[in-house]
Amino acid sequence: MYIIVVGAGKVGWNLARELLEKNHEVTLIENNRRRYLTVEQELEHNVSYGDASELWVLERAGIQRADMVIAVTGDDEDNMLICQVAREKYLVERIIARVNNPRNRQHFDLLGVKPSVSATDLILRLLEHEVPEYGLVHLLDLQEEQLEIIEMLLGSDSGVTGRRVGDLQMPEGSLLISVLRSGKGFVPTADTVLEEGDEILAVLDPGKEDDLKILFGPKGNGSNGA
Amino acid sequence: MLILIVGCGRVGSSVARAMLREGHEVSCLDEDPESHARLEVGLEKSWEDLGGQFTVGAGLETEALVAAGIERADAFIASTDGDNTNIVIAQIAQKRYEVPTVIARVLDPLRAEWYQRQGLNTVCPTSVAINMLETAVREGGESSGPPDDSAEAA
Repeated sequence: MYIIVVGAGKVGWNLARELLEKNHEVTLIENNRRRYLTVEQELEHNVSYGDASELWVLERAGIQRADMVIAVTGDDEDNMLICQVAREKYLVERIIARVNNPRNRQHFDLLGVKPSVSATDLILRLLEHEVPEYGLVHLLDLQEEQLEIIEMLLGSDSGVTGRRVGDLQMPEGSLLISVLRSGKGFVPTADTVLEEGDEILAVLDPGKEDDLKILFGPKGNGSNGA
Repeated sequence: MLILIVGCGRVGSSVARAMLREGHEVSCLDEDPESHARLEVGLEKSWEDLGGQFTVGAGLETEALVAAGIERADAFIASTDGDNTNIVIAQIAQKRYEVPTVIARVLDPLRAEWYQRQGLNTVCPTSVAINMLETAVREGGESSGPPDDSAEAA
């Protein structure tokens, strides 16, 4: 694959190195002269000097034949527009954009720049996973498909422990798909009785997290208020 | 008509004053609180006394845009000193807030032209300068001065 990486910061430099080791053809574009000269000592002709938000710089790097463009500069506007231009003008099939400020993710979405990756969001996810008190953990978000999969630990104060799965009134647009108990997962039946310490996996429509927290969380009454 | 101007430098502040003088409601948004002073250059009263609005904040911050009145703006001008910022916030104004008239100042002629073709109204001062310079050179420097009316005053 021919991959253009924009921004030779820590992320871009390491990414380019890894991709080269995997035998991809890579051009790394950096617009800071000093940084370019540093990186060029190692990556040589795989680095190109210039501002990738300028169209001629992208064209000089051969964007017309690129299979993928990855924009990982420290500037969200740059990353957004480089990817937007790559996809809409040069018809590059795959793009990946780095989100520096997670609050800007909505703008990436608005401009159709997907997927976008935010280190802050990733660390928050890990934090959620490592600290169960956080409640609900997102395991997978399929934005295009409008689905997500979440994990929740049932604490001692969960309102659903000791209850049959068949008796739970799952919120509309959600489905219990698996229970992890003592390190082993199984698909629950209507007769499965939930226990303290169980981790449940559910697939749901976006926006249903709160309903699930009420049902499975502390003081939940398991019957959605009935 | 409410006109929201993001980026209150030399261009943004001049347009803001002109629009206010024409009787429009004008709201300016700029990251730099100091740019408020530039707005008041040549004004006999303060910007606010003349009915203008000024908000400190970045054009990418939703809260700042809303505070500056983007939800009821009739026109939106992106005139910060960054091309990429202008193109992004102009698209936000156009796509998310559906502002009827959106204009972005883009210095890079190639990008200005491409985004123009994508349906974003762009103004490229660089292209204007290039045209003026070429014309001036062709005409032997005779009309290289400012436009006619200021020449009379001289």
